[in-house]
Amino acid sequence: MNDRKPIYLMSPALAWLTAFMVIPCLLILALAFFRRGIYGGVEYTFTMENLALVFDPLYASIFLKSAWIAGLSGVIAVVVGYAAAFAIAAAPARRQPMLLFFAVLPFWSNYLVRTYAWIVLLNREGLIVSVVQALGYDGELPKLLYTESAVVVGLVYNYLPFVILACYAPLSRLNPEIAEASRDLGGSGWTTFRRVILPMTVPGIATGFVFVFVLSIGNFVTPALLGGGQFQMIGNLIYAQFLTANDWPFGAALSMFLIAIMMGLLTLQTFATERASGARREES
Amino acid sequence: MFRHLPKTPTAISLGLALSAGALSAEGLVISNWDGYMAPDAVDSFNAASGGNAELVLHGTNEEIMGKLIASKGKGYDVVFVSSPFAEVLNNLGLAETIDHAKIPNISNLYEQATKLEHDPGNTFSVPYAWGTTGLCYRSDLLAEDPDSWMDLLAPDASVSGKTTMLATDRWLLAAGFLAKGYSVNETDEAKLGEVRDLLIDAKKTLLAYDDATFYAKLVSGEAELVHAWDGWCNYGIAENAEIKYTIPSEGSDLWVDTMVILKGSENKDAAYAFVDFILDPQNHGWAAENILYKVPNEPAMAALSADFIASFPNMGMGPDQLLGYEQLRDVGEAQRAYSRTVSEIKAAN
Repeated sequence: MNDRKPIYLMSPALAWLTAFMVIPCLLILALAFFRRGIYGGVEYTFTMENLALVFDPLYASIFLKSAWIAGLSGVIAVVVGYAAAFAIAAAPARRQPMLLFFAVLPFWSNYLVRTYAWIVLLNREGLIVSVVQALGYDGELPKLLYTESAVVVGLVYNYLPFVILACYAPLSRLNPEIAEASRDLGGSGWTTFRRVILPMTVPGIATGFVFVFVLSIGNFVTPALLGGGQFQMIGNLIYAQFLTANDWPFGAALSMFLIAIMMGLLTLQTFATERASGARREES
Repeated sequence: MFRHLPKTPTAISLGLALSAGALSAEGLVISNWDGYMAPDAVDSFNAASGGNAELVLHGTNEEIMGKLIASKGKGYDVVFVSSPFAEVLNNLGLAETIDHAKIPNISNLYEQATKLEHDPGNTFSVPYAWGTTGLCYRSDLLAEDPDSWMDLLAPDASVSGKTTMLATDRWLLAAGFLAKGYSVNETDEAKLGEVRDLLIDAKKTLLAYDDATFYAKLVSGEAELVHAWDGWCNYGIAENAEIKYTIPSEGSDLWVDTMVILKGSENKDAAYAFVDFILDPQNHGWAAENILYKVPNEPAMAALSADFIASFPNMGMGPDQLLGYEQLRDVGEAQRAYSRTVSEIKAAN
């Protein structure tokens, strides 16, 4: 029996990741323990100040705000994306590839361009306002752009395809006989969905949510453009430390904390997925 | 500061005032903001000097400073930076002490431009452009012309939600300092706290913070009153004559963008020749005429037509008026308090 696995095939990927991801991350980690020079730059004396500053109420509140916006975006994206994935999985098999293609089509255009498109839609002289006014409404409309909602809309829009793909995978693999069995045993459509289909697709939901959350919490482009710079998310704060405040050590400390949160979540998600699929294996 | 040009002006051929004699500009590296000098300036310089100078671009002062500090000033010969950053380069010992004999055209500078507070006598920096920060507005949409910083910070109900402010630390805070009658380089914590509270209140009435597209928001009517650098207000004025620029009664800051030769330069003669080339009235005047920023070059400014100044009134501000405003200076260690204050303002609800 030949049990030799071609592990050496992983070496190019490992070398790439080590050189361009692990080493830079370690450098950033190291930077977090040094002092900022008066004029920017780094003084090589050890300090814990930067890490302590991350927990300062001001910066902690920015973390919480970012987590709130990312969490809200994640929940909305999951609700909308799951419904879409459900519909696609229920469509005739030959149409599914086409529908999936449409779902990911926006990815083919540039992220910035898609975000600017929202500015064109939402601004006070923009398309939505013009249409509403053309329909005869002449009162003052609420501010649409440069609000927290605009940031959430932008994040949901940009990351929705991830959720659709993540939820579509388990939904399309569901054996239709399981749902039939549930109905034969007297379960209504809603009960079948809630007690049978939903639990079996939790890994897809978890993956989709974590994807949106992780990508959103570190995002700095969308809050800058759709939030009009009025919502400082953690990504913007890190950006400012590196590019305007020239405080690399504090920026590094913030980055490390953010990476730790992301890694924690991804680990949890992996566990959840493992457990769910493990449980299914035991049942079968 | 952070600039770009909305449209690339048609390249015009530059006057070549460079005296003959082939200088080796081999490998000369110049860093400037995108669109902040004639598109063919470096080519013309190379043609005149027989060299091979290269232009690289930076988006912000902080970006080029990060590179210079990391490389200890190596790899660049001439950099364009705002004056507080020129001061930092000098304090770090990275700026070359300027030998005026190698820059004959330095005599074109206004006398006032040789007495700037950050560097009297131009010992380590040569001013390239200067101007003010004030209010840029749609005179056809506002009920009355603004004349105070408070018109921006606590706008009338009719203007509320239609204003923008600069987001860059120094200028955002300067608006508050000026409104309160403080120095634009104030470092007192209590005063910084007052300004923070004022700017947090102002934030509630803002459409957005905007450093890059505020004039476009005025043109579209999305904003009616914006916090602006005079040169960038001119881009709005060029598209809509109802857009006007004013300096509030409490005053402005005087910002100065400078050219600094680096001590580590291995092409110093060529670097001097380049600075001299830029100070040629025709070359320097190109910037005033096409980039719409004032330059501290007397013959270049004198050559601007009356029609041009009538279209862009702030181009007519003389050096005496400019010197009446306080220059932004390097605040050293207080920069960290500035950054924190700005974070507090941006994180406030």
